[in-house]
Amino acid sequence: MITIIDYGMGNTGSIVNMLKKIGVKARITSDIEEIATAQKIILPGVGHFDRAMERIDKSGLKEILDHKALTEKVPVLGICLGMQLLTMSSEEGECNGLGWIPAKTIRFRFSKESNLKIPHMGWNLVHQSTPSSLTKDFEPEHRFYFVHSYHVQVEDEKYSILKTEHGYLFDSAIQNDNIFGVQFHPEKSHRFGMRLLENFAKL
Amino acid sequence: MLKIRIIPCLLLRNESLVKTVQFNKFGYIGDPANTCRIFNELEVDELTFLDITASREKRTPNFKILEEIANECFMPLSYGGGIRDIKTAEKIFQTGFEKIILNSYPFENPEIITDLAKAFGSQSVIVAIDVKKSLLGGYHVYSLSGTVNRKRHPVEWAKEVAMRGAGEILLTSIDREGTWKGFDIELTADVAQAVKIPVIANGGAGNVVHIGDVVKKGHASAVALGSMVVYQGKDLGVLVNFPDRDELENVLR
Repeated sequence: MITIIDYGMGNTGSIVNMLKKIGVKARITSDIEEIATAQKIILPGVGHFDRAMERIDKSGLKEILDHKALTEKVPVLGICLGMQLLTMSSEEGECNGLGWIPAKTIRFRFSKESNLKIPHMGWNLVHQSTPSSLTKDFEPEHRFYFVHSYHVQVEDEKYSILKTEHGYLFDSAIQNDNIFGVQFHPEKSHRFGMRLLENFAKL
Repeated sequence: MLKIRIIPCLLLRNESLVKTVQFNKFGYIGDPANTCRIFNELEVDELTFLDITASREKRTPNFKILEEIANECFMPLSYGGGIRDIKTAEKIFQTGFEKIILNSYPFENPEIITDLAKAFGSQSVIVAIDVKKSLLGGYHVYSLSGTVNRKRHPVEWAKEVAMRGAGEILLTSIDREGTWKGFDIELTADVAQAVKIPVIANGGAGNVVHIGDVVKKGHASAVALGSMVVYQGKDLGVLVNFPDRDELENVLR
């Protein structure tokens, strides 16, 4: 059973749909007592960094999430904005992140001549930077669907498990022990996303 | 891997998928959920659904069908038709779609674009701009399934919706739609060069060369396909299909 955290910012529906497809039970909840019993957590997220952190702080979720991730060390997967929340800070806002992974979230920086668009939207390839159980049995051209304007930069390469190129290489998946984050949307990435979620479910 | 998104654009009319020619002449394609299941198996990049009668009938989206689609499709999904408020948009997102498409309502209330972009982020708000060429050759924007001339130039309207917070533009040439004659390159280039946000070219695709042309000459960031992906060929029967990826890569290189 995977517990998907509902803090009002994320299309939780599509994550549940894909988990159902691969035969993994899931529940969507914002209830602190339910989260306390979670064995595995997905932190989704779409939208503004500060608004997400404010909601997590205000709803009293931060304490229980800290406890689950850092003390109980249950596997946690942050998706998209949910990944960025795992870092220390974001150039999108003023709030501190959850700070579970030594990394920060920064804006894409392109030269003036570049005609690359922001947000980075569409399918793109991932390249393994550090082997991880989350990225086991990937295909040679494993691809995912991305949509984001900010990206994560790890403080130490050992926290980077996948990289993707958009103008330059950025960290498209990160890990610190039991805590994982992915910038792309596995729930929207056909069999490529199913493989990743299956790997997470097997942890 | 293709950096350009190639997006089947499916039209919902009542409970069925249809295909139109110049926004008229409805041809029956099939059951929405079944058709989407095939596109899912074909692993298409993205799917767009437009409920082409919702706004004219002043009704809300058919959530039962949207749910069926979201349960079958594991790729990005966008939906347009009858969206007039944040609550409806939120419900669409919860169903498992990540982008909503506005077309007619912003003419009544342009602030809806900003409101939705603030609530859900620009990346989830697409404005569909339907364009017809007048007899004198000027372009005009139309709403309500191409029935009302808004007397606005597409470039001017595109700039306004981008300024108000739209994250993408779905640009449709009504004259080319369903004709297999190729995209309106001039229109696409004019709009794509006037705005910073991605422009999805729609209307007229008949072969992969057309796709290459609208990307290279029309500066489209993405391409929507209608007839090409639901018919075996022009004037032929229904066949849900998707162009060969190697062929696409060739024309987009």
